[in-house]
Amino acid sequence: MSTAVLKSEWTKIRTVASTVWSLVSALVATVGISAALCWAIGATFDDLPQEQQATFDPTVMSFAGMTFGQLGMIVFGVLVVTSEYSSGMIRTSLAAVPRRGTLLLSKLAVATALALVVGLLTSFLSFFLGQAILGEHSIGIGEPNILRAVVGAGLYMALIALFSMGFATILRSAVLSLGILMPFFLMISNILSAFETTRKVSQWFPDQAGSKIMQTVPGTVETPYGPWTGLGIMVVWVLAAVLGGYLVLRKRDA
Amino acid sequence: MIEAVGLTKRFGAKTAVDQLSFQVRPGHVTGFLGPNGSGKSTTMRMILGLDRPTSGHVTINGRPFRELPNAQRHVGALLDAKAVHGGRRARTHLLALAQLSGIPEKRVDEVLGVVGLQDVARQRTKAFSLGMGQRLGIAAALLGDPQVLLFDEPVNGLDPEGILWVRNLMRQLAAEGRTVFVSSHLMSEMALTADHLIVIGRGRLLADMGVQEFIAHNSAGFARVRVADSDRLGAQALGEALVKAGGQVLKEPDGALRVTGLTLPHVSDLAHEAGVRLWELSPHRASLEEAYMRLTQSAVEYTSTEDPRAELFEPEPLTVPAWEDEGAHQVSGPTAAAFYAPPPPGAAGAQPFLMPSRPGDLAGTATDPEDPR
Ligand SMILES: Nc1ncnc2c1ncn2[C@@H]1O[C@H](COP(=O)(O)OP(=O)(O)OP(=O)(O)O)[C@@H](O)[C@H]1O
Ligand SMILES: [Mg+2]
Repeated sequence: MSTAVLKSEWTKIRTVASTVWSLVSALVATVGISAALCWAIGATFDDLPQEQQATFDPTVMSFAGMTFGQLGMIVFGVLVVTSEYSSGMIRTSLAAVPRRGTLLLSKLAVATALALVVGLLTSFLSFFLGQAILGEHSIGIGEPNILRAVVGAGLYMALIALFSMGFATILRSAVLSLGILMPFFLMISNILSAFETTRKVSQWFPDQAGSKIMQTVPGTVETPYGPWTGLGIMVVWVLAAVLGGYLVLRKRDA
Repeated sequence: MIEAVGLTKRFGAKTAVDQLSFQVRPGHVTGFLGPNGSGKSTTMRMILGLDRPTSGHVTINGRPFRELPNAQRHVGALLDAKAVHGGRRARTHLLALAQLSGIPEKRVDEVLGVVGLQDVARQRTKAFSLGMGQRLGIAAALLGDPQVLLFDEPVNGLDPEGILWVRNLMRQLAAEGRTVFVSSHLMSEMALTADHLIVIGRGRLLADMGVQEFIAHNSAGFARVRVADSDRLGAQALGEALVKAGGQVLKEPDGALRVTGLTLPHVSDLAHEAGVRLWELSPHRASLEEAYMRLTQSAVEYTSTEDPRAELFEPEPLTVPAWEDEGAHQVSGPTAAAFYAPPPPGAAGAQPFLMPSRPGDLAGTATDPEDPR
């Protein structure tokens, strides 16, 4: 990384339209859908079975929309990388600066930093709006573990974006990358987690492990890891994707 | 200075570049010619470290591109004018590239002025025409004020004013002592721009020499002789005299004669001796295009198949005049090829395109160029 290349990447990232709309949709979808679900559960809270009332996690509830909101982060991460390939800009850039590692790391650093800012903004907005809607069932940010969960939610979104960037660097195609990542994180991962047997595997998936950080009430589902270890597992996935992307970029013709 | 040694690139079974060795020297415009798919762009991508050679290597000022410190200040390239994110404005595109090597922002405005895009600097590049995109690509190549410049088909899509501008720019860059390596399919333009040529076909080196030398090696000029219209018998007499003196003669549709194998003074002397009045005796030097066509004909990979309707538009063929005996036809076969004329019926018509199959065969006139095979 060098400040010159970081500056260049920042110029690139802020001057394409997809950056804005993908990040805005991540924020709006997360906050909006979370708020709607908080309102729905708040209105019907007394009808819930006893055990669900006992394990109700208002923090997780206020992030419920993130399942959809993270798609915005995935789109952002994928497009940041693949637009370079589809436009051919990567060749123009590499013909100017041949240090591929520097170029990739700078791009990922700038894009991840931006995703982190938007992720934190999203998580705090989502939390406070959700708690306001939940009213008597809400929880304050000062209670134990709550701040960790809210900050963790922001980190989670940034990591999802970075994972998508690494993944897209390997595949180089937006259609292919989105076609795999979107259904995986939206459905496959969640469906597999719904069944006792498949959960043994799916609990190690990046999103399942990473979202443990947002949990503040011990749930019905047991995991062999805690919140930070869970996030650590996600980080391992992310590093693997980035390393894969780096190796592909270094080895293959651009 | 760019130096390639045994440069080879294979894509699967396809050998795009095959054992290519050449040098591109500073202070000259070096033209890079070759038919479609002959490996020019692939070679340029290898020079810039975008493609990794299967074998061999290429260096710029003694170092592989990927190892050049501050590469943008040494090497500038226009590879593909469309390699731009269409949603970005022209100026921000250049700014992002400039920032890569810490080139100051004012240089961006400078190069925008140089290529004449200052008025559209704030437009998104997807709205750019082909020629505007090409100018933007040239601007990007100039950003770092580099000593070595590579341009892949820079005049593609430019208007005549733009073509002239690129020609002058290339010549000026070379005059400043820079290394300029340009590929193009416009032969007339190359003849005016380049000092030196590197020609490849099917990934192999076909020629590496000066432009004038290249034309001389790969083409045959001819003399056009026009006898006064009133003097029908004179034309006949002169034709016979020319053939007897060892020249080869073809008749153009309007009656003029194309003579090869004899110098102009000799033709003039023969006309004088035969008492024939001439209206025209003019030398015709072959063009770079003609020389190029002859050299690369056998290396062309993608040729159009004959359109059956094409014969409707075919010009009247050259004919072998009556005074040429059959023996002379055999000799003049390869020479006839030089004029791209179909063979006279029954004469030396074995070659479908009238092109020698090997560059070495060229017209049998010029001394053999280095035979690549
Ligand atoms: N990435 C690639 N994968 C497979 N084949 C390729 C690739 N790039 C080029 N080729 C092949 O290599 C050959 C040389 O292509 P190249 O683009 O270098 O030709 P060129 O001389 O630039 O042609 P043109 O005059 O049309 O621009 C072609 O046959 C092409 O199909
Ligand atoms: Mg090409």
